[in-house]
Amino acid sequence: MYSRFPIELAALAWLILSGCRQGALPALPAEQPDRQGVIDSALDPGVDHSLVTIDPRAAAYYDNADAVNTGKRLFGQYNCSGCHSNGGGGIGPSLMDDEWIYGGRLEQIHQTLVEGRPNGMPAWGGKIPDEQLWQLSAYVRSMSLPATLAAQTGATPSQSPAPVPRAVENDAGWSAPPDTTNDYTTTTLGPK
Amino acid sequence: MRAFIITIALAIGPLAALAQKLPDPVPANEVFSAQEIGRALSAPTPQAGHTAASLANAPADDGQWTMPSKNFASTRFSALTELTQANVRNLVPMFTFSLAVNKGQEAAPIVADNTMYIVTAYPNYVYALDLTQPGAPLKWKFAPKPLPASQGVACCDVVNRGGTVSNGKYIFDTLDGQVIALDTKTGKAVWRVHLGNISKGETMTMAPLVANGRVYIGNSGGEMGVRGWTTALDENTGKLLWKAYNTGPDRDVLIDSQFKPFYPSDRGADLGVKTWPPQAWQIGGGSVWGWITYDPELNAIYHGTGNPGPWNADQRPGDNKWTTGIFARDPVSGAARWYYQFNPHDEHDYDGINEQILLDMPFAGKMQKVLVHLDRNGYVYVIERHTGQVLSADPFGPVNSSKGVDLNTGRLIVNPEKQTKLGVEIRNICPTASGSKDWNPSSFSPQTGLLYIPHENMCMDWMSMQVNYIVGTPYVGADVHMKPGPGGHRGELTAWDPVLRKPAWVVKENFPLWSGTVVTAGDLVFYGTMEGWFKAVNARTGELLWRFKVDSGIISQPVSYRGPDGHQYIAVLSGVGGWSGAVVSGPVDPRDGSAALGMVNAMSDLPKYTTAGGTLYVFALPH
Repeated sequence: MYSRFPIELAALAWLILSGCRQGALPALPAEQPDRQGVIDSALDPGVDHSLVTIDPRAAAYYDNADAVNTGKRLFGQYNCSGCHSNGGGGIGPSLMDDEWIYGGRLEQIHQTLVEGRPNGMPAWGGKIPDEQLWQLSAYVRSMSLPATLAAQTGATPSQSPAPVPRAVENDAGWSAPPDTTNDYTTTTLGPK
Repeated sequence: MRAFIITIALAIGPLAALAQKLPDPVPANEVFSAQEIGRALSAPTPQAGHTAASLANAPADDGQWTMPSKNFASTRFSALTELTQANVRNLVPMFTFSLAVNKGQEAAPIVADNTMYIVTAYPNYVYALDLTQPGAPLKWKFAPKPLPASQGVACCDVVNRGGTVSNGKYIFDTLDGQVIALDTKTGKAVWRVHLGNISKGETMTMAPLVANGRVYIGNSGGEMGVRGWTTALDENTGKLLWKAYNTGPDRDVLIDSQFKPFYPSDRGADLGVKTWPPQAWQIGGGSVWGWITYDPELNAIYHGTGNPGPWNADQRPGDNKWTTGIFARDPVSGAARWYYQFNPHDEHDYDGINEQILLDMPFAGKMQKVLVHLDRNGYVYVIERHTGQVLSADPFGPVNSSKGVDLNTGRLIVNPEKQTKLGVEIRNICPTASGSKDWNPSSFSPQTGLLYIPHENMCMDWMSMQVNYIVGTPYVGADVHMKPGPGGHRGELTAWDPVLRKPAWVVKENFPLWSGTVVTAGDLVFYGTMEGWFKAVNARTGELLWRFKVDSGIISQPVSYRGPDGHQYIAVLSGVGGWSGAVVSGPVDPRDGSAALGMVNAMSDLPKYTTAGGTLYVFALPH
C-alpha cells in the first residue's frame, strides 16, 4: 500500500497547483469581507479549506463546558432526544457519527436548528431562545468528539459531553478518512 | 515505527468501532410459566367441533390475494395445493423486481386480475406488474409524492403495510396522511383525500380495510401525542362517512345507547375524558395503525387502539380509555358496540393494534364465534365476538409484566414489580415495548387448526422521564433499553393451538420475527427473517423444508397466489427496516442503545447480517 503514496502526493501537488491558478478569478461571494454567517463549503479537495467566514456569535460556545452541559439538559427538555435519542438517532439521523448532512460547524448546526430541514427537522428559530439554540448546537457538536465518545460507559452515549474545542473548526485540509472496514456504525444516509 | 503505529491503529480501530456488546438475556426464572398465568373460563373441549373460519368470512379461495389479510377472517390461508412438503425443496425464484426504496418494506403484494400491486415504504411508490407476460413487466407506476417532512414524525421507520384491490381500484395510504384510490387499469387517481395532519404528528402506515363499499382507516402517531381515530370513507368517492376518536367525550368516540361493553369497568359516561387528567386525552394517543377486520356474519368491524401517550404513565393517572383495547363497531354508522381494554393504564407501550382472526371454535362444549388477538402484552386472547367477553388469555411468550387476566373483571393483573416509575430504571420487564408480538400478522390453517404466530422474544429496562408536549415532536418520556428474552434468541415462530391453549411447536430465530406468515393447503408455512432468509416449514412440525437467502432482511407479508398459467406462486418483499430494523435502514448508530426507542440495544448486531434493500421476490416450482 505504501507504493501508492508518491502517486497520491503527486496528485495532491497537481491539485494544489491548479488551485493556485484560480487566483486570477474574481472573488467568490464567501470571500467578500462583508458576508457574515454564511458558510460556503470547500468542495474542491486540495484547494484552500480554511473557513472564510465565522459567525461571531459562535465564538462564545467553543471551549465552553457550561454550554454543552446546558445543551444536554435542553436536548431532553425540547424533545430533541425523542427523534435523535442520546445521539444515536431514530426518527431523525444519528448525531454521534461523523456524517453531517447540513454541515457540522457550530454555526451550521445553529442554522439547521433555526431554519429546520425539509425531511422532518422542525424550525426552532423564534420558538427557542437563540442562546439556547447555540447551547444545543454545542451539545450536538460535542456528541461525536473523540473525548465524548471515549467517555461513554454502558449503552447510553453523550452523557459526559466534552466542550467543543475551537480547533475542530480549523480545517487542516483533506486527509484520508479512517479505515471503516467492519465499522458497522458507518451508515448509509439514504434520503435524509 | 510510524508504520507500526498505523498498523496497530488499523487493527484496533474497527474493533473499537464495532457495535456495542449485546446485553445478556433475561434469565428464564424471571418470567412466569404459562401454567401460572394462563386462564380460561372452561377446560378445552376439542370434541365439540372443528376450528375454522366461516365461509362468509373466508370464502372459497379464488387463487387471488386481493387484501393483505387474504379474507375478512384474516386467516392468510391459501388453499392452493401445488406446493407440497415433498416438492417445496425445488422452489426457485421466477422473477424479481427492485422497489427502488431502501427502507423497511412491510406490505403484502396484492394480486388481482392477473396483476400484482405493490406499495413501497416512503415515498410510497405503487407498482403494477403484468403477471401474464414473461418477467412480469411494469404496467404502470404511481408516485404520490407525500410531504418529505412526514419522515420526521414517523416513529419507527417510514413503512407502509399495503394496499387493497376492490372494484377496479387499488386503495392505499401515504406517510403524510393521504388515502388514494387508483384505477387498476390506468394507475390514475380516482380520488385522493388528505386525512392526516403531519404538523400534529399524524401519519398513516396501516393497510386500509375495504368492505361493503367503505374504506376503513386510522392514524398513526402514538409517539407524537396525536389523538387516535378510526374513519370510514365512501369507496367510490373518498367522502368521509364517519370518524370515531379513541379518546375524549362519548359523542366523539361514537358511543351511544347501543354501547354494551361486557365488563363494568368499561361502562359509564365519558370515560374517554374521566380516565385521564384534565385535557390529557386530547394528546393521549390511542392511534389506529394496525389491523381493522370486517365481520360479514355479525355485521361488525373490529379494531384495536394504540398506546396511550406519553409512554411515561406517571403523567396520565387513570385507565386512559379507550387506548390499548379493541372496539366492535357498526360498520355503517361507526357506533361502538363493545370494547375491551387489554392494558388499562398501559405502562409498557403495549399497543392493542395487532390482528384479529375470526374463527368458529369449540369452547366450553359448543361452537362459538370468536376473535383471536395476539397482544403486545404477551397473551393470546380468545374473545367472544357478540359480547366482547374474554374466554381465555394465555401467554405465548415470556411474560412478567403481568400475572394473567382476571376473567371475572376482564382486567389484566399487573405485576407491581414491573410497573414503570419516574426516574427509576425498572429492569428485565418482559415482554418489551414492541411486545411479545408486534404488527406482523399471523396465519391460521383450518387443516391443522393452528395459528402461526411470528413474534419476538425480547424484554427491556425502562426508566420513565418527565416529557413536555411540544406539538409535532415525540411525546414519549421513557429511556428504554431492550434485550433478548430467556434463551437469548430474539424471535420465535409459534404454532399455537387456540383450543388446547398451548403451542404445538416453536421454531427459534436469532432475530425477532418481523414478517407475517402465510400457510398453505400443502401444510407449508412461509415466513422471512431479518437476516434475509425466506423459509418454508412443515405446518405440523415446524421442520425446515426450504430456504432462500434474499438481498435484505424480510419484514413484510408473504402471499400465495395462482398465476395466469395455473401454477402456484409465493411472493414476498425484502427490505429490512421498521422499528426493529431501523439500525440498518436508519441512519441509526448502534453505539446508542437507547436509539430507536431502545430497540437498538437489542439489535446492534443486525448491520453485520444484512443491509438495506427492497426487492420483490416471486417463487414457484420450475415449469
